[in-house]
Amino acid sequence: MEMLHADGIRKTFGNLEVLRGVSLTANKGDVISLIGGSGSGKSTFLRCLNCLEHPTGGEIRVDGDAIAFRPDGHGNMEPASKTQMRRIRARLAMVFQSFNLWSHMTLLENVIEAPVHVLGVDRKQAVDEGLRLLQRVGLYDKRNTYPAFLSGGQQQRGAIARALAVQPLAMLFDEPTSALDPELVGEVLKVIRELAEEGRTMILVTHEMSFARDVSNQVLFLHGGLVEDAGPPAEVFGNPKSERLARFLGSFH
Amino acid sequence: MIWSPSSGSIELLTAGGWGSAMLVGLARSLTIALGAFALGLVIGIAGALGKLSGGAVARQALDLYTTVVRSVPELVLILIVYFAGADLINGILTALGQAKIDFNGAIAGIVVLGVVQGAYSTEVIRGAILSVPLGQIEAAQAFGMSSWLTLRRITLPAMLPFALPGLSNLWLIAMKDTALLAVLGFGELTQVTRQAAGTTKAYFTFFFAAGCMYLLATMVSNLLSRRLEAWATKGVAHV
Ligand SMILES: Nc1ncnc2c1ncn2[C@@H]1O[C@H](COP(=O)(O)OP(=O)(O)OP(=O)(O)O)[C@@H](O)[C@H]1O
Ligand SMILES: [Mg+2]
Repeated sequence: MEMLHADGIRKTFGNLEVLRGVSLTANKGDVISLIGGSGSGKSTFLRCLNCLEHPTGGEIRVDGDAIAFRPDGHGNMEPASKTQMRRIRARLAMVFQSFNLWSHMTLLENVIEAPVHVLGVDRKQAVDEGLRLLQRVGLYDKRNTYPAFLSGGQQQRGAIARALAVQPLAMLFDEPTSALDPELVGEVLKVIRELAEEGRTMILVTHEMSFARDVSNQVLFLHGGLVEDAGPPAEVFGNPKSERLARFLGSFH
Repeated sequence: MIWSPSSGSIELLTAGGWGSAMLVGLARSLTIALGAFALGLVIGIAGALGKLSGGAVARQALDLYTTVVRSVPELVLILIVYFAGADLINGILTALGQAKIDFNGAIAGIVVLGVVQGAYSTEVIRGAILSVPLGQIEAAQAFGMSSWLTLRRITLPAMLPFALPGLSNLWLIAMKDTALLAVLGFGELTQVTRQAAGTTKAYFTFFFAAGCMYLLATMVSNLLSRRLEAWATKGVAHV
């Protein structure tokens, strides 16, 4: 079942053509890793999917719901209906490189914020569910702690709990472990791996090649604003078709 | 008259009703200050948002507003806003065939001081909003919050720790600035004190008492704002 579909996404910043037609289809349970060099447009593509960045062209469909676009007056497209956009965003949970937990809220408050205030879930029910999710990512004891008092790994696991709380149709991860000290990477990857195993639909931008190889069922290699190589991880990593991909993978050894 | 710490000065304050008149004046000062501070906050939030995300015209108008208020002496501004504002409103009322209204009320004082406070609040709040990491606001959008919800649930509470020191300061200024309204006769503390002192000739007694009242109000304010700051910064790591 198709959860997320992006077709021919283009994005230019001024004269800089960052995406030149990138497409992707995520069916339920797919884990798709986006890899590519720095500046290849991975983050930009991910941010176009939930319109944090206005795409210049292309189509996006979430759970069969095609986002209606109109010109935004700056050469790009903006969502024509804010209501539709909010509805879609609420179910496309994003996990950021720098966590972005809300600093004035405790971990539990962070987790129940979107369910209560965006989705209109009953507060008590949201709290029960929030506590369950915090338990699951190993942060039940930290439920009343403010983000500034948590380690990076704990903050990121909290951010994953916050994302899970909206019962996302698909989860978007933008280099979730890049801002972490090496010894904290493992605890976050472990949580993400569990999510992959339970059949969550995920799009994952990452520089963790062996992890991408392990958890994903599809890998996209972005270069020059295009998908230069794509396929199952065994193929992409084991037998790269493009010279550039081979060189890119080589740089990790 | 030379002041001496005799029972005479206490008597002056209690007898003849001057002491209680001053307390009424103090209450009036605090009411005006509170109203002006609140109005300033509303103007400040709107002004900060206008400066940060408004159109070119709004931004220029707001720049003009904050620049003018910050460069013209407060007393002059108060007189300008008061007389120009009264003329403007009464002019409109006359044109509409309505009766003129009297501006000698607390409301006028609140509006006059609030316009001044608003300019400073705008700058304090603008700076505080800029201190909120952009990622937190993006996260709000990414989870489907509307602009209004983002403002109410994320931006404003997250900027509070950065804004509170400046806002506490503005509140103290609001309180002291009410004294400038004495020239217009709003029945606030300084004006009442001047009357009392002029009538009894006990200048030092009454102005000393007034000074104590302002000091006391400031001390209580400091106590409250420290509590408020402690509450607002509970999510801020102090390392
Ligand atoms: N808001 C922006 N304005 C202008 N240029 C931008 C903006 N955001 C990204 N870019 C440019 O677009 C290109 C792609 O950036 P993007 O962040 O998508 O790359 P990335 O693949 O995620 O890289 P990294 O691995 O370093 O995170 C870069 O050249 C970047 O400088
Ligand atoms: Mg990136």
